[in-house]
Amino acid sequence: MPAGSAPADLEVRSLSKHFAGHAAVQELTFSVARGSFFSILGPSGCGKTTLLRMIAGFLQPDSGEISIGGRSMAGVAPNRRPVNMVFQHLALFPMMSVAQNVAFGLARRGVGRSERLARAEAMLERVGLGGSGAKRTDELSGGQRQRVAIARSMVLEPTLLLLDEPLGALDMKLREHMKLELKQLQSAFGTTFVYITHDQSEALVLSDHVAVMNQGRFEQLGTPQELYYSPASAFVAGFVGANNRLPGKVLHAAGPLVEVEVADSWRVQARPHGTLAGGAAAAVFLRPEAATLARAAGELPGGLSVHAGEVLSLLFDGANSVALLREPRSRLQLRIALPQTGALAELQVGERVCFGFDPERAICFPADTHA
Amino acid sequence: MPEAGSASWHRRLVLALLLAPALLWLVGLIILPHVDLALLSLRARVAPREFVPSLAQYRTFFTEPLYWHVFVRTALMSALATALTLVVAFPVAWVIAKVARGRSSALLLVVCLIPFWVSETVRTLGWMILLRESGVLPSLLVHLGITAQPVELLYHDATILVGLVYTSLLFMVVPLVGSFESLDNELIEAAYDLGAKGGSVLREIVIPHAAPGITAGCIVVFMLTLGNYLTPTLLGGKNSQWFTEQLYTQFITRFNWEQGAALGFLLLGLSTAMVWLGLKLSGQRFSDVMRRA
Repeated sequence: MPAGSAPADLEVRSLSKHFAGHAAVQELTFSVARGSFFSILGPSGCGKTTLLRMIAGFLQPDSGEISIGGRSMAGVAPNRRPVNMVFQHLALFPMMSVAQNVAFGLARRGVGRSERLARAEAMLERVGLGGSGAKRTDELSGGQRQRVAIARSMVLEPTLLLLDEPLGALDMKLREHMKLELKQLQSAFGTTFVYITHDQSEALVLSDHVAVMNQGRFEQLGTPQELYYSPASAFVAGFVGANNRLPGKVLHAAGPLVEVEVADSWRVQARPHGTLAGGAAAAVFLRPEAATLARAAGELPGGLSVHAGEVLSLLFDGANSVALLREPRSRLQLRIALPQTGALAELQVGERVCFGFDPERAICFPADTHA
Repeated sequence: MPEAGSASWHRRLVLALLLAPALLWLVGLIILPHVDLALLSLRARVAPREFVPSLAQYRTFFTEPLYWHVFVRTALMSALATALTLVVAFPVAWVIAKVARGRSSALLLVVCLIPFWVSETVRTLGWMILLRESGVLPSLLVHLGITAQPVELLYHDATILVGLVYTSLLFMVVPLVGSFESLDNELIEAAYDLGAKGGSVLREIVIPHAAPGITAGCIVVFMLTLGNYLTPTLLGGKNSQWFTEQLYTQFITRFNWEQGAALGFLLLGLSTAMVWLGLKLSGQRFSDVMRRA
């Protein structure tokens, strides 16, 4: 156990892994504090599964080091690591009962039959499946199977629980439900969870800290709020949450802001990320809810930069309702949140409207090649 | 009404025509000969061309120790050959299904298949060329100084077993490959992740999953071995004492079809009993196993 105020359960230093010349994981360094919920968020093929499999011990890193609970994992086989994994398809053993599944790891540790069945039953009780021990795994619902998979790992009291997109195979409604349940289970157990997902909403809702991964590197590591409100790169701005991406060219600095010409025709002001020279290719990111919609410019609060738009369509989704606008000069489409007061409820497609936003809340990044 | 009637009549005719080859085969080549053999086995000759119904043929089997001895020996040797085939085929099938990838996996299966492009006779004669006293392996042993004289490697029980395992290998490998391929790698990883070692993964995950495939392979190999005539006869010579040889002798040499038919039915009963016992012992259901085979 490392000394200090915030002991890290997982420490990764300069970790790299290459497959046939392609770098899956490049020089990653990070640590995960004890008892926290840590997510690795990225598109498929970003290297997150490779990273997880190296932590679990199924893959050997080319270089770098992994320590779990303060102990180096170099040369430690997966069955000897204080780590357990909830697999993508859960990997419950179909040839065993639910209780046998949960008791499997205890049996491998030489725990006696009656004790391991008692401990398995106690663990099933904790995840709300008391009395289901004798069932076959295919008699359970998707959510119950997930709880068995977690119970099967947690009964071994691992330092670290790895979760490989376990919600991916569930239907939408169950996924929402299981998100909540995962969060509750994690705080009840107090175990450090490392969760990988490509679903930004899962990562934001569940995590204490999220690492956004792209092409083998972490683009940003921070709290969900930091990722959402101050993305460190254009990739993060585009990947986390809904965002309008306005590609253009920097004209000049305007005080603490920059003026950007979008699509050679539309001038917007935004807060620059880093230094942006005049003439540089750039992209402005504006969140749908950062802009305010009105029928006329006069109805907008003061201090906003005001722009015109034409309503292309209205996407009603309760609290997440947006209007799809076309900005007339650049012909770009923008998603702007509809006010939740219902003030613009009778807005029509084809109507000309105004929208305004605080330039401080629009962020300008140097243009990147992806996203 | 007449239209509906003719349509259903039409459908029935199509069904009958489609089933005809299978029914012809079943009735003509399996049921009829067996009925005839059953009748043959249940009669005894009292004078030339004069027969009476009798259980004498079956009684002979139980009173004549030679038949008994050969019968039990054939069953035990077949069981041993089946077990050996399983032991040899298991790693081969594992490599084909789980270790080799894509083309090399298909290539390995073809390598297992290639010996079957040659007839069983030629394959067995190949073993004789290798193993006989003046053959390849005994001369090699002399050449290497391991034995002073060329030794006769044919006509031992071990030789018969080698030949039987070789002949049966493919019929064990194929159902095992199928079983292993359907085993999700995630399950193996999950077992390791929960602290299992190689042995317990094999015992707790791989074998329970592959059990229907293992049973299917064992049934097929056991049947083939029990009913094999060529391999035990050629590789075991006079010492082979295989039950099928007794059948051959009765039918062809002694021209005692009544006795031969009775022995044939006893062999059928033996193999059925052994398969039933095997299924009971391994806790498998016949329908599950046949779906894998």
